[in-house]
This record gives sequence, C-alpha cells and structure tokens, in this order.
Amino acid sequence: MADTATIAAPDSIHTSDAAHRRLKRRYAFETRFKVFGIAAITLAILALVSLLWTVFSNAFGALYQTNLVLPVSLSAERIDPGATNDPSVIRRGDFEGAVKEALRTALPAASGRRERRELYGLVSDGAALDLRELAMANPSVIGSKEPRVLLASDDANLWIKGYLGSIETLPTDGRATPIGTTGSIEIVAEANVFQPLLTVVKESLLKKAAAFERQAMLQQRGVSYFENLLSQLGDDASEQRADYERQITGYKNREASFTEKADAIRKRAEAPGGREAVDSDLSSFLVRINGGVVKVREVSADTVRGDVILPLASEAPVAANAWQLQRITSSEVSRKVSDRQIVWLEELRKSGNVSVDFNTRLFTSSNSRESELAGVWGAAVGSFWTMLVTFCLAFPIGVMAAIYLEEFAPKNAITSFIEVNINNLAAVPSIVFGLLGLAVVIEFFGEDIFNQDLRSTALAGGIVLALMTLPTIIIAARAAIKAVPPSIREAALGVGASKVQAVSHHVLPLAMPGILTGTIIGMAQALGETAPLLMIGMFAFIKDVPTGVMDDATALPVQVYQWSDFPERLFEMKTAAAIVVLLLFLITMNAIAVLLRRRFERKW
Amino acid sequence: MDQRVDTSLLEPQRVVLPGEAAPETEVAARGVSVHYGAKQALFDVDLDVPKNSVMSLIGPSGCGKSTFLRCINRMNDVIDIARVSGRIELEGKNIYDADLDVVELRARVGMVFQKPNPFPKSIYENIAYGPRIHGITASKADLDALVEDSLRRAGLFDEVKDRLQEPGTGLSGGQQQRLCIARAIATRPDVILMDEPCSALDPIATAIVEELIDELRANYTIMIVTHSMQQAARVSQRTAFFHLGYLVEEGDTNRIFTNPTDPRTQDYITGRTG
Repeated sequence: MADTATIAAPDSIHTSDAAHRRLKRRYAFETRFKVFGIAAITLAILALVSLLWTVFSNAFGALYQTNLVLPVSLSAERIDPGATNDPSVIRRGDFEGAVKEALRTALPAASGRRERRELYGLVSDGAALDLRELAMANPSVIGSKEPRVLLASDDANLWIKGYLGSIETLPTDGRATPIGTTGSIEIVAEANVFQPLLTVVKESLLKKAAAFERQAMLQQRGVSYFENLLSQLGDDASEQRADYERQITGYKNREASFTEKADAIRKRAEAPGGREAVDSDLSSFLVRINGGVVKVREVSADTVRGDVILPLASEAPVAANAWQLQRITSSEVSRKVSDRQIVWLEELRKSGNVSVDFNTRLFTSSNSRESELAGVWGAAVGSFWTMLVTFCLAFPIGVMAAIYLEEFAPKNAITSFIEVNINNLAAVPSIVFGLLGLAVVIEFFGEDIFNQDLRSTALAGGIVLALMTLPTIIIAARAAIKAVPPSIREAALGVGASKVQAVSHHVLPLAMPGILTGTIIGMAQALGETAPLLMIGMFAFIKDVPTGVMDDATALPVQVYQWSDFPERLFEMKTAAAIVVLLLFLITMNAIAVLLRRRFERKW
Repeated sequence: MDQRVDTSLLEPQRVVLPGEAAPETEVAARGVSVHYGAKQALFDVDLDVPKNSVMSLIGPSGCGKSTFLRCINRMNDVIDIARVSGRIELEGKNIYDADLDVVELRARVGMVFQKPNPFPKSIYENIAYGPRIHGITASKADLDALVEDSLRRAGLFDEVKDRLQEPGTGLSGGQQQRLCIARAIATRPDVILMDEPCSALDPIATAIVEELIDELRANYTIMIVTHSMQQAARVSQRTAFFHLGYLVEEGDTNRIFTNPTDPRTQDYITGRTG
C-alpha cells in the first residue's frame, strides 16, 4: 500500500485556474481534432463526387443512339432473287445497296460521287447488318418497303446529339437575291448584311498575318546568331566565314518573304470592303434561301459566293428576315462530319426522320472498331468467365489454407515463414502475377496440359487473378476464423467432436460471413484488375462473345483501357459507360457481401 | 523432479482419517504434473474421485485446480505448450495411454465450462449434436427422446419445450448453463467436469444449478471447480484443496471445512489467504 498522504489531492487540484486552463486546452484539442476529421471527410467526398460526375456525365452521351428512320425497299431481286427463303442465300443479299438507295431517295440533292460517299457516311455499316439479321430471321420482310431504323454513323450521331457544335442564326436585315439555283452561285444582298461575316474572316486574316510576323522574327533571330559567330571568327577562317555569310543571306531572304506575306495579308485585312475566301478552319456559314442551302465560300460586304448543297427553288429576290444566314459554331476541319452532311442531317431532322433512342446495343453487342457498334456485352461475359475460374480456384484453396494455418498447423518457424510470405504476397504488384501467368500458365500449361494456346483465354486470366486474390482470401479467412471465440471450439471438443468436426461443424459456419466478405472484396479487386490481363494477351481485339473458359476473351477493365485509347469521341463516352457498368458490377458485389454478412451474422 | 526436492515442505499430504470409507473409485490420478512451456503449473497430484459423488476442487486463483480438471478429459491437448505427465485412470484405464481415443474419452467425460457456451444453433441442435456425432441414437425418434430426457434431467425441459427450434443463445444465462449441462448429459458420460459453472450466474440461477448438480449425483460422477466455499460445502461430498500447483489436502467436505489438517487449508477457508 502506498502512503495515502502523498497521493491525496489538495483541495484545489481540480478547481484551480490552472486546472481550468488545462481543461480548456483539452477541449480545444478535441475541437481541432474534430475539425480536421470533418475536413478530411469533406475532401474525400468532393473527390468522389467529382469523379462520379465526370464518369456519369460522359457516360450519358453513350446511353442514347441516333437512328435514321427511312423507308427501305427490301426488294426480292436485290436480296433473294430465287425466292428461296434460304438464310444462306439471304445472308449474301445486297442490304448495303438497299440502305444506299433509301438514302438517295431521301436526299436526292446528293448527286456527285463525292457527295454520294458523304451521304452514305451518314449511316453506320451496322445498318445493313441489322437489316440482314431482320431478313434472315423473318424472310417475309423481303419485298416490303417500310420505314426501317438505320443506325446512324458515329459522326452523325454526335452531331445530332450536339457534341460537334450547333447552328446559330444571324440577323438578315436586307433583301437578298440569289443568282443561280445549283452549282456555284452568288447571292447579292442590301445594307451590308454580310459585313459581320466579312469581319470574322478579316479577324482571322489578322491572326494569319501575326503568325507570319512571328515567323519573320524567328528568321531575324537566326540572322543575329550567325552575325555574332561571324564577329568572333579570326581573319584566317575564310571558308567558315563564307558559310556563315551564306546562312545569313538565307535567313534574311526568308525573313523578307515572310514579312512581305504578312504585310500583304495585313493590308487586305485592314482595308475596308473587298472580297475574301472563307477558309475551312473558320466557322462554316450557310445561307438558307428559297428552300435551298448555300455554303459560303467567298464573302464581301454585300455579296457571297458559295456552293449549293440543297438546290434553290427559284432566283426570286427574298425580303429581309425571310431568308437566313446561319453559322455552324465549329469549323469544318475540326470535325469529321462535313457541312454538307450537317445540312442533310438537319433536313432529315426537320422531316422527322431522325430519332434518338436508348442505346441497347451498348449492353448487347461486343467490341467493334466502329464506335457506334461497340458494346460491353462481350467484355462482361469475358469478365464473368474469368471471375468464375478465379472463384473456383481461389475460394476453396484460400479457405482450406486459412483453416489449416489457423487450426491445424503447428506453431513453428516454418508456419510463421509461410504466414509472413502470404501477407507479403498481398502486396506484390499485380503486373508481376501477369508475368507469372505468361511464364507458367501459358508457356507451361497451355500446350502441354490443355493442348491449346491459352493466350487471352478466360482460363489463363482466371488462374492469374486467382493467384492474385489468394492472399486476400487467406488473410480475411484467417481473421474470420480467429474471431470465432475459443469457447465454441471447447464446447464442440467437450462433447467429443474431433478437431475436424469442431472446425467444419462450428468454426467454419461461424466464420463464413467474414470469409465471404473477404472473398467478395478480393473478387471485386480481381474484377477491376487490368495489368495482369494485359500481360497474358486479354488485350487482344475480340469480337465474339466467349462461350466458355477456353475461348478468347477480354474483360471489362481491359475493354475500358482499350476504348480509352481510341481517338473517336464516341469511344470516349463509351469508355465512361463501360466504367459505369464496371462500377455497377462492383457495387452489386459489395452489396452481396453486405447482405451475406447480415444474413449469416450470428451472436455467440 | 527438481522442484519436488526444493520444495519438499509443500508436498501434498494425503490424509485418510478413520471412518472415511473408500468407495468405488471412478477417476484416479497418480503423480499428475502439468507444464506450460517451462513453467510447471501442477505438481505430482494424486487424487481418487469416488463414483456417483461430487468432488469439489477449491483453492485460490492460479492454484492449478482448473488445469487439473482439464487433464481429466484431455482438454489440455488443445493448448500447444501444455505437457501432462503422470497417470489418470478412468475406471482403471489410463487415459493418457497411446491407444486411448481422445474422442471416445470426451464422450465419456463431459464438460461444462465457466461461461455458458451454447452453440449458436437451436436448443434442439445444441443437445442433439453430441449424440449425433457419436451415432448413439438409431432413429430420429430416439434422438428426440434423448433430447427431451437430457433437457428434463437438466431441469430445463418445461421452460423450453415450446421453443426447441429457437436459438440456444437466446436463453438467459442460467438457462444457457443448464442447456450446456443438458448437452453434456446427452452424450451419456460417466463423469461430468464443471469448471466454475456458476461464476457467471446470479444467485437464483446458481441455486437452481446447484440443486441440479445434487440430483445428477445419482447417475454421474461430478467434479466441480469452484471459488465459492459455500458452494463447495453445499454440493460436494468430498473436497480437494489446491495451492500453488499442489494438492494440499483432500477429504470429506464436512471435515475439510470444519477440521482441516493442513495450516494452508485452514488459512484459506478462514479467508486469511487467497
């Protein structure tokens, strides 16, 4: 017993000013701690929200698909001239021709070869394939002429959905008179209606002049560099001197030429009036007059010259504001859809031949190089097969390893060495498992055991991911087994159960929720894994849906990675959509983990 | 053994007074020592437990009484570092013989633990588990009858007969402990070991369990570890006092509590040590 006098508190020890100050400091610390905590959580939530926002807003664009609804004549002579109704004959039918004919009928203005090619570019290759499938499944459509849904090409799709710019209408405060109705025509208007257009063109000329001036300045720099070298040169290096002088002359000439060009352009730009060409790197301008559309090529204050895209009905003069001057906000060189195609698409839209529908193809079709045809189904099925292999390997092996290590293994140096190594395996970079898969699974197993090249099969991917998931499952399972109170084991042993019975009848069922949670988390991690799959060739372009684990397959995250590398704008959106699908899978798996935990949770 | 020589004064004294008739012996321990790693927890214990009686093991914390109890159904085998030497005979057969099956032993020597530890399963399953793994019932009807019989013997049947399929963990503490006793009975053991069965129970539940122990004596040999000397006095016919790993004194319960021969026993039961 300690001497009670030394530990007795003086009366004031908890009530003095010093004590109050101490208390205040404690509270202040607690407040700071809370504030830091809240700030950290807020930051995390902001990061998550911005991530989800980016992904979902991008994915939204891929959820809807533009279709052209046009009457298509599936005439018998084109598809099945012998009226055989034989699918193998129908398969070879000229559906592409039918689609092209439908387009030509809808937009007769497109006549030249180049125009026709642009016209056919409005529709995806998939449109003819869809028709072929329809005719093969249902031969009675042959000979009919009905409106069919034709999948628009990716560029047409993007224009219709507004991703490639929009059309704005400029004021037209004067009368306009077209001279000519087809080909290259002029339109003359009053009151300098085209002045704003001319201004835009001249501003761009000024920019061009500035660019030339910059070039001239760079030449000037070259001149002074060599003049400097020349001044340092001794008297005897006459050869060198001649070379430098040649260089200087070259630079001076180029400088003069650039300056000359810049001056000429600047003069044109600064002079009032005049007639200037509208370059394709500027916004495109259209004139809608007398039922036709003219694309502006040259402009002056009161006249434009341009190419007719849709023919005019007449040369009659049109009153102010009864004709339209339109500007496409993007320049023609910046987009893959041409001005002509835009005009056609707008015509089709006006006549109700364009519909924007939910994009089921995204979820039902496999990979494709055509962005409008590509879907995630093949990758999702590939992921399923891969995960199936992973689960069938990793779960039993992992759980059995955990049970042995936790319940049966003698506690000695070898066991602890194994334990340390399992824990370390969880931290091995996944690409290393990919290398292992390449070296062992494909090189060794493939030809020798399965008699097949395992490269890019779901089996190889599953084996590699199982190796990667094993440590996670073992660690989670061991923790869950350790968490089962020893009293349960004692109770079982006490009534005469053997060690194996105690474990399999009592410990394992009680540990199962924890084991399943760990397994699902491990599987979710494997589902999102890309690097090892790249190593074993699951990056290959695979168009078919895999029907088993021995088929070539790709996986969702690999698909995401692949699409993100494609330049098309629509692939960018589909990348986001595939990410959303992947996220949904992961959320579902985690929800299952939570449900299982709730379902099997027992008190003891 | 080195320790025996060094601590010869602490050697157990087995006192058999005249008038204490020696009835049939169920469990006989001879020179039982237990080591936990390098540390010796039990020194050379000799003890005879008579059939169909209650033997209580008392002593201060850490005296080795639970360790000794766990030797009798070889529960110490579970602990890696535990090492048992000496002989323990169950009906004349050494349970540490190589040819003895530990599963069979534990079927013959049931155990009730300090904290009620029913399986997180139904009441019925708790009782039926032991008979089922030993295959001692031929049919479902047999098993049902055995479950009912075990619950009746544990005095629990009337309280739970309507909810046999409900989880055993939903019962009160006292009921759970009687469930554990019923579970131990269900495998039809010869000996029941109880390791402080009432330490987690309130006085009323304790009284019920004590009454039950008294009734069970008719059919079973019971060994009970307890911290409560009153409980030892109430339920047991014989008492063994352990101290610092030695069996200090063993004898008729009344005599131990009224007229102990060893001064250490005297000190303990009068509350001077412990």
